[in-house]
Amino acid sequence: MDAAKDAGQAASDTSRAEAQRSGGAMPTGAAATHAPAPNAPQFTREEDLHAYHEMLLIRRFEEKAGQLYGMGLIGGFCHLYIGQEAVVIGMQMASVDGDQVITGYRDHGHMLACGMDPKGVMAELTGRRGGYSRGKGGSMHMFSREKQFFGGHGIVGAQVSLGTGLAFADAYKKNGNVSLTYMGDGAANQGQVYESFNMAQLWKLPVVYVIENNRYAMGTSVARASAQTDFSKRGISFGIPGEQVDGMDVRTVREAATRAIEHARSGEGPYILEMQTYRYRGHSMSDPAKYRTKDEVSKMREEHDPIEMVRKRLIEMHGVPEAELKATDAKVRETVNESAEFATHDPEPDPAELWTDILLEARA
Amino acid sequence: MATDILMPALSPTMEEGKLSKWLKKAGDPVKSGDLLAEIETDKATMEVEAIDEGVLAKILVEEGTEGVKVNTPIAIIAAEGEDVSAASAGGGAPKPEASAQPAPAPDMQAEGQADTPAPSAKTGDDAPKAPAAPATITNKAPAPVMAEFPEGTEMVSTTVREALRDAMAEEMRKDDAVFVMGEEVAEYQGAYKITQGLLQEFGARRVVDTPITEHGFAGIGVGAAFTGLRPIVEFMTFNFAMQAIDHIINSAAKTLYMSGGQLGCPIVFRGPNGAAARVGAQHSHDYSAWYSNVPGLKVIAPYTASDAKGLLKAAIRDPNPIIFLENEILYGQTFPVPKLDDFVLPIGKARIHRPGTDVTIVSFSIGMTYALKAAQALAEEGIEAEVIDLRTLRPMDTDTVVESVKKTGRCVTVEEGFPQSGIGAEISARLMVDAFDYLDAPVLRVTGKDVPMPYAANLEKLALPNVAEVIEAVKAVCYR
Repeated sequence: MDAAKDAGQAASDTSRAEAQRSGGAMPTGAAATHAPAPNAPQFTREEDLHAYHEMLLIRRFEEKAGQLYGMGLIGGFCHLYIGQEAVVIGMQMASVDGDQVITGYRDHGHMLACGMDPKGVMAELTGRRGGYSRGKGGSMHMFSREKQFFGGHGIVGAQVSLGTGLAFADAYKKNGNVSLTYMGDGAANQGQVYESFNMAQLWKLPVVYVIENNRYAMGTSVARASAQTDFSKRGISFGIPGEQVDGMDVRTVREAATRAIEHARSGEGPYILEMQTYRYRGHSMSDPAKYRTKDEVSKMREEHDPIEMVRKRLIEMHGVPEAELKATDAKVRETVNESAEFATHDPEPDPAELWTDILLEARA
Repeated sequence: MATDILMPALSPTMEEGKLSKWLKKAGDPVKSGDLLAEIETDKATMEVEAIDEGVLAKILVEEGTEGVKVNTPIAIIAAEGEDVSAASAGGGAPKPEASAQPAPAPDMQAEGQADTPAPSAKTGDDAPKAPAAPATITNKAPAPVMAEFPEGTEMVSTTVREALRDAMAEEMRKDDAVFVMGEEVAEYQGAYKITQGLLQEFGARRVVDTPITEHGFAGIGVGAAFTGLRPIVEFMTFNFAMQAIDHIINSAAKTLYMSGGQLGCPIVFRGPNGAAARVGAQHSHDYSAWYSNVPGLKVIAPYTASDAKGLLKAAIRDPNPIIFLENEILYGQTFPVPKLDDFVLPIGKARIHRPGTDVTIVSFSIGMTYALKAAQALAEEGIEAEVIDLRTLRPMDTDTVVESVKKTGRCVTVEEGFPQSGIGAEISARLMVDAFDYLDAPVLRVTGKDVPMPYAANLEKLALPNVAEVIEAVKAVCYR
């Protein structure tokens, strides 16, 4: 992962102006075409292979989580990231160790992208003792201090103030880290988001706000919920720069992320990236999907799938043999199956766990 | 006709101030709106304007005088052409508008020294059904029952305000991870002057003025605490923390549990809680019971300055989210504080503030002022009340209360908060379980009334508990 990151940064020499053209090329709204930008920044073979593996892991993991949910092995809420994989993987390819990640409730993909163990994530989904929160958090509440993943938050928009707080700490400690704070298009209408934007710019905090615009806040389309549907403009009144990015193309994501993270890390303050993406599945597992047509979903899947685009490039541009990709597919499936196997056989938490982790012991 | 200029009350809770400077001298003509003098209160320096026209005939209180009580005549304005030398103080002059507000009777001000503070307007004894004012009763401060510092320790008279500031300053000197953020904490020196001097000592990196944005900065504080910093988040009042309560509860209190113990949140949320004086329903809410309901929080509500200091230092060092409920009326009150390099008290321990044998009165924060005055009055009638200061509301020190009730057989709780699901309700329930066989009477609660806080002075007084109600409740449980 780190090697790929380094390679990515060395290879990304596309000029700023060019990147902005390509990044901002995608129109908004339900009629968006998601046509791949003709002058998108190119990935090396290794970078594309890396992105393919990482995105596929999220895709297969989420499909498996959906299955386990259907079997009653995962309870409560379960929000799948399928369709949006290029966003978090492109962002991670531009970040470095030490940068923090925080997001809302659609968080499984972010955890895997941060390098958290699929077994621990899946076992948390099934509420088992081997889960990241020992079964006490569930789908929306997982954390890894080791991987600098700060959750996993179920209150829409709360992670934006919290993520700004991570950046406050980075600035306070002068550690050079950047907080990557994700939210959806729905959260982007919450009041505390703008309170945070204001303070982040006022204090020049190192934070990149990633607005994952998947077009629907639960079942409400962006056009029905937002007076300003161009989310890259949401920071204008605070003087925070922003751009719209084709969030289905991992290359444009990485390109824009590199620019935004550099801006934040250099002390220039926050940066907003509106990632134009699409969620294939429902809001949660219990979503009847009456608010959009099947055609809209299938068109997106067929024409703009972030993983298929990389796969095509690997074969056609990088000359990777189909067999090699099949081997990757098999490896990913095995990893996911192992995680499911673990998550369904790991015991539930000990009843004594009910009473632990409420308060920490004070230092003597 | 000559008019007295009275020492004005410049804030809802001001009882006295320093006349720092006269801007006019005797003989000067004045007209309405002229600045007459500068007055320094516990919160700020403010200017007094003339509201009458005439000549400043006589200055009655020299500049530099401290502790000038509200409503004391400070100068005389004579009408144009009036014989200035004939003017004298106290001629039944109309009060200046500014002083028409709370103004406790100056003669009720006891010399607050011992552990019992001077009575204030709000806790005054002219409440309905109150007996004769106990202002003349000598303050016999009992020795603390639990020794919390070595015998012979020098005690320094300190206000609650100074104690809180000292606690923060001491902890900030010890640990660079500690910082304070909130509205007006830095350049303004604190809306209630609790953070006075911190900016000068620690700089803007560690004393952070925020915009008026409680929800946002509470979240930023919690996020910073997740990384190991130790924020002290000041709310100008806990009323405004309602905008931030999602982060206090959903983000700060629950994350340790939801993360399986990985992500602690060492943060202190502090500020004045409950009623001040005449500030209406939206600025008078007592949140003690609300926060004490939530697992994952510790809730502290001190009464004395030494508890304020020792417990705030403990709170800052604690690895958990702490709600530290202060009280605006208590800020200016003086108590002895032990002079020690590092005075820290244990969180979660109540204190027997006044030992007694006949009845247990349980209270905390400003409720203690009613409880102690009632105990003094009851002692005159031969009822010895044991007064327990809970100090921490969560975790609640039930043992100390139960042990006391086993001895007295009777219990009255006192709080300013609402009755339903209040702290008193919690104590009653616990006593029912843990001391049922020892109770000789049902536990009675003295609480704020079940109404939003009214503004009118008489209604506000009725809405708050008072000493007479405590005395009445004690007599009821004692069947006297």
